[in-house]
Amino acid sequence: MKCQNCDKPATFHITELTDGKPQELHLCEDHARQYLTESSGEPTPASGMAALAQQIAIGQTAEELARLDQQACPVCGITFFEFRSQGRLGCPHDYVCFQTQLEPLSVNIHGEAEHGGKRPSRPAGGSEHRTQLIRLRRELKEAVDEEHYERASQLRDEIQRIESEES
Amino acid sequence: MRLDDLTTNSGEWMRGSGPESDIVISSRVRMARNLADFPFISRTTVQDRERIESILHERVALIASENELLYLDLSKLEKVDRQLLVERHLISREHAEAQGARSVAIDGDEKFSLMINEEDHLRIQVMQSGLDLDGVWEQINRIDDLIEEKVTYAFHERLGYLTACPTNVGTGMRVSVMLHLPALVITRQIDKVFRSLQKISLAVRGLYGEGSQAMGDFYQISNQVTLGLTESELIRRVSDIVPMIIDYERQARDFLVKESHENLHDRVSRAYGILRTAQTISSEETMHLLSSVRMGVNLGLISDLNIPAINQLFIRTQPAHLQKLTGSDMDTSDRNIERARFLRRYLNKENGTGGAAEHN
Repeated sequence: MKCQNCDKPATFHITELTDGKPQELHLCEDHARQYLTESSGEPTPASGMAALAQQIAIGQTAEELARLDQQACPVCGITFFEFRSQGRLGCPHDYVCFQTQLEPLSVNIHGEAEHGGKRPSRPAGGSEHRTQLIRLRRELKEAVDEEHYERASQLRDEIQRIESEES
Repeated sequence: MRLDDLTTNSGEWMRGSGPESDIVISSRVRMARNLADFPFISRTTVQDRERIESILHERVALIASENELLYLDLSKLEKVDRQLLVERHLISREHAEAQGARSVAIDGDEKFSLMINEEDHLRIQVMQSGLDLDGVWEQINRIDDLIEEKVTYAFHERLGYLTACPTNVGTGMRVSVMLHLPALVITRQIDKVFRSLQKISLAVRGLYGEGSQAMGDFYQISNQVTLGLTESELIRRVSDIVPMIIDYERQARDFLVKESHENLHDRVSRAYGILRTAQTISSEETMHLLSSVRMGVNLGLISDLNIPAINQLFIRTQPAHLQKLTGSDMDTSDRNIERARFLRRYLNKENGTGGAAEHN
């Protein structure tokens, strides 16, 4: 594939979200750099994070990126593409399942990858237990949406059982 | 306490007291927290948001034993009231404009506000007039601990507190100081100061936060990094740099007083004159002129006004505040007329201390 601005091969594939519609850009290295420095010149709050998230796309081939974009969090269901375009994560588990992609981003933002501050005084109490509730609530919503009411009532019982164990 | 009580005072952050309050308007810290067993806001259902709201509401109510809390359900508030809270820095613009179950709890002094279902499930904010970040940190840390006693926050051993946006992960903490820097603007040194702040990863924003312009020569300086440092180190990062900026601003003021005293005095007096006589005036122009008058008061060029009185005007001439004052919907041109009327009444009839006291 050729760069859309010149005859060099396109090595950068960027997905820009304008007015909620994804727009694909295929650029050579020079034009990509020019494009990215221009668009990062004026970081607006909402897209500030999205602009950062787009850096993830740099250096990926179109196929790699397409595969990465389709990866979804097993707990909340957010896809990597949705995170890249909104700049907001879907649940705490995303930090675990997208770890490889988020780590360089984190170093880029903070210059560090490890927390040094305060910790909750209470033990977090099994994070799998926690994410389980998020997943069950999502499955419940899906079951209701799809009118699988029997499944929905099973899920509701299970959620209540876990919640009551906690309190 | 009722929401309408807020309209007639200046709130904590514009109180105009505390250390270095000629230049430092306020010190503020906010923390982002999320419940461990719910998705982040963007993936929540309507029911999820209602549950989160009620769980956190219950927790927040418990800290009320020490302070009287004003609890506001934003989904039921009129637009003008939500706007009023934004103008008073008690909620964010995003929180005002969002949908679904969301609320804010504010203490009577407007020192702290707890926003539920903002970008994160919970945003705790503590503000204090003048420069006192250590005091603010102490208070917010205590509130955070109190809430955490009964709820489990999303926390990762290595990454710290988990937030909807990776720019807040770790401490979830944003430390900011609001400064009034008119002399650095006049002497065109402000950009130089900002460039050097950016080099040490500090962000500079305008009066109303991200994306807002530097109205009235107010600037917020805050940390960009939230991961890797302790909370105290983050506080230190900001509080170490503020005295240097205060010093630059004072030097610039000295320079103006010495080198162009007539120009400075003229600028201040004209600004005061326009504010006292204008028949219609925009919010922008008001802020711009009030900034000169505020500096004039600090430099002793205006003697019949004090800083708390001026600070009040910055807030009470904002659109939603004016609207509440007249009690009716106004378009921009009506509002400009009303703003000018309010300023004339405030500045001509009641001078300085007396006027401010009457308005408190």
